[in-house]
Amino acid sequence: MSQQDDGPGGTKPADPAVAGVTSSPSGASTADAPEAQAPGGAASLLSSSGHNNVPMALLNAVLEGSSAVVTILAIILAIIVGGLLIAFTSPPVLHAWSHVFSAPGAAFSQAWDVAASAYSSMFEGAIINPHTVTAAFHGGSTEAIFNPLSETAVNATPLILAGLAVALAFRAGMFNIGATGQFIGGAMIAGWIGFAVHLPMVIHVVVAVIGGFVGGAIVGWFVGDLKARTGAHEVIVTIMLNYVMEYLILFLLGLAVFRAAGSPNPISPPVMNNAMLPHLAGANLRINAGFLVALAAAVVIAWLLSRTTLGFELRTVGANQNAARAAGMSPERTWVKVMFICGGLAGLAGASVVLGTDFALTPQIYGTFGIDAITVALLGRAKPGGVVLAALLYGSLNAGSVTMQAATQIPVDIATVIQALIVLFVAAPPFVREVFHLRARRAGAEGQLLAKGWSS
Amino acid sequence: MTAISLVGEQRFSFDRQRVIATVFVLLGLVDIFVFGLYSNGDAVFTFTLTGAAVSVPNLVIAAAPVCYGLGALTVALGFVYAGIKLAKLPQRLLAGTVTLAFVVAFLCWSDAGRYPLPFVSLMQSTMLASIPLVLGALSGCLCERSGVINIAIEGQLLLGAFAGAVIASAFGSLWLGLLTGSLAGGLLAILLAVFAIRYMVDQIILGVVLNVFASGLTGYLYDQALVPYQNRLNSPATFTPIKIPVLGDIPIIGPIFFDSTVFLYITYAAVALVHIGLFKTRWGLRVRAVGEHPTAADTVGIRVLWTRYRNVIIGGLVAGIGGASLSIGSVGSFGKDMSSGQGYIALAAMIFGRWTPLGATGAALLFGFSVACANVLGTIGCPIPSDFLLMLPYVATIIAVAGFVGRSRAPKADGQPYVKS
Repeated sequence: MSQQDDGPGGTKPADPAVAGVTSSPSGASTADAPEAQAPGGAASLLSSSGHNNVPMALLNAVLEGSSAVVTILAIILAIIVGGLLIAFTSPPVLHAWSHVFSAPGAAFSQAWDVAASAYSSMFEGAIINPHTVTAAFHGGSTEAIFNPLSETAVNATPLILAGLAVALAFRAGMFNIGATGQFIGGAMIAGWIGFAVHLPMVIHVVVAVIGGFVGGAIVGWFVGDLKARTGAHEVIVTIMLNYVMEYLILFLLGLAVFRAAGSPNPISPPVMNNAMLPHLAGANLRINAGFLVALAAAVVIAWLLSRTTLGFELRTVGANQNAARAAGMSPERTWVKVMFICGGLAGLAGASVVLGTDFALTPQIYGTFGIDAITVALLGRAKPGGVVLAALLYGSLNAGSVTMQAATQIPVDIATVIQALIVLFVAAPPFVREVFHLRARRAGAEGQLLAKGWSS
Repeated sequence: MTAISLVGEQRFSFDRQRVIATVFVLLGLVDIFVFGLYSNGDAVFTFTLTGAAVSVPNLVIAAAPVCYGLGALTVALGFVYAGIKLAKLPQRLLAGTVTLAFVVAFLCWSDAGRYPLPFVSLMQSTMLASIPLVLGALSGCLCERSGVINIAIEGQLLLGAFAGAVIASAFGSLWLGLLTGSLAGGLLAILLAVFAIRYMVDQIILGVVLNVFASGLTGYLYDQALVPYQNRLNSPATFTPIKIPVLGDIPIIGPIFFDSTVFLYITYAAVALVHIGLFKTRWGLRVRAVGEHPTAADTVGIRVLWTRYRNVIIGGLVAGIGGASLSIGSVGSFGKDMSSGQGYIALAAMIFGRWTPLGATGAALLFGFSVACANVLGTIGCPIPSDFLLMLPYVATIIAVAGFVGRSRAPKADGQPYVKS
């Protein structure tokens, strides 16, 4: 009986609650949760509490802090904290604070101004810039209006794919910290096919993208296989593989095969035109077919999760390994399959970057996508639709922060801080409720997010 | 129920003994057919630093025969391992011998016919590289023995490095920098503790998120404040090495172990304290009880949550010192993301070392050694790309997690929030 404690659905006091509450943050535990639940707790509350009064139900949702409300509040809270950080670290504000006794108003208004201008230029870089709209009326280009949105989509593309890679693993009860390594695996093969292999037009890009999937899938499969065979914890293996892959790409870029001819820097030859993901809206906007691939992947994963045997198996394994085993499923085989797909998705993210925006392999091509993917998956509550929305939010923060740095000299890293804070708060609903003085939920209704230890 | 747990027992029906034996034999074959066959000439090891009082003669060995010998020994040990069921201690001794033989053969091969290998400076940089790893791994031990998973070591190192550099630079006091670095690590640990214990956030996720947070925060502050005010805020001095009288004058051993900055001595003390604290005191017994079976610990009156808070925070303080060693120990400035994954290596070292301070220290030294090799072997013209040497700790960890460590379990309640019922 004590063996049971090892399993994710063991005999811990709070676990039954996890399985019972559909609005709990843990997507993996809600084996039969309908995808439609994602947009808001309001709907589920309507049906469950018997209130036919929509405003009343909404109010209840807000006061009780349903998952959607908590998410929104977490975002607001993170933006406030980020704003404070901006306000109290920028030189003009610090200067104003030094005169706080002679002119107290100036300090506060200066702080407000800096934070406000930072966020408004972030908005202009991510969604729409009013100046480009006015300019368009006076003979400017209309493309410029859509540039911010295009940038958001471009930034979101790898995040959607890598986020799905993490989310799918979550649903099967696994932590895929290794999106970075799988990303590199995908980028390496996609990039190599892109610059070294000669193929006709359409075929080339398709083959390269598939290569990206395979490259990532191999890395992911290795993790799953090792876990299934030896019980090696996937968190350790994936973290270690990240570094192995980082050094591997560094090593490969030192070889003649991968190095651009005559380049002093470790960078591969440029990807051929045939292998580039085609632009979707003209050559001036960076948005490319990779975005469509990402959206398609989200649809496929949603279908996989809700309509296929594998999806059912992986949700069952994620909800309770021992129950799955008792029902005749093989968690080991599921882990291998799931990690194969997860790796492939992260590999696609790598392909989308090397074939869509960077067009060459560099030692830093993996950026922070792998880690951001974890936060995206968490924010998206491990549901494909949620992942897409979360990735769009993060993509807009990333795109906007670049514009913000150009306009206000505030470092782009603020976006990372805000993103980390959002996830920190989303993962801790009781904290958000306390901050906003929301009513506590029914005792025991608070699920933990996939809480379990090292022993799988 | 019994049926299920029986299946659960059998699911890793993987013959570790045979696998490990195979690994040994393979390593032995590598010793012979790679290192031995491709070694030309003599390997020369120098043991004297310039300016040392006592000079030790260089060691000149014929590389190839030594590699053959070590390889043969390793293969033999592999067969012994496969054939005889050994107790734990001999098993570990065997594994240690095989590792040592492999390292020696590797060094012989990489130095054969090339410039002399400065053994003392290789070991010195091993120790230097190991300091943050050891302290980080100790932080992990302290946390996880009390039942809280600590993946935030990386963030603790980074914040420690940042705070150490800034305060040491701004106030011109290295000791103040060291203290603040430690406190900064503790601060992140408080976040970890509060969100893990009070708000019961999943601890693996929490650790990753806190690492991202630390990286974003320090990166932001670096660009915002440290770049414009480089002179005032980011040019700390570094601790100068303190040579311990008498011990520091012993040839070979002296310069490696007893002639370093205060960080190395703090590390010695920390290893000893954590080991004794966890395994020889009542305090440690209680901590481990909380990590293994919190309900039982609670029943006998141990304050579970308080123990966890305390341990997580002490761990953060320790890791913070390790972080400070990165910036004010040797480099003399803070750089963006300067912990560069060492927190994750420390985590690996802790797991490699089976959640024990001594084991973790051993693993951290091994990892530090491979980092030092990557730095030093490049200078003597070793043909192995440094990327592969840097990859080594990670590959070793994967092998260890898959083959060696699988049997040893994490503290039973590690990662599980405690709810009083």
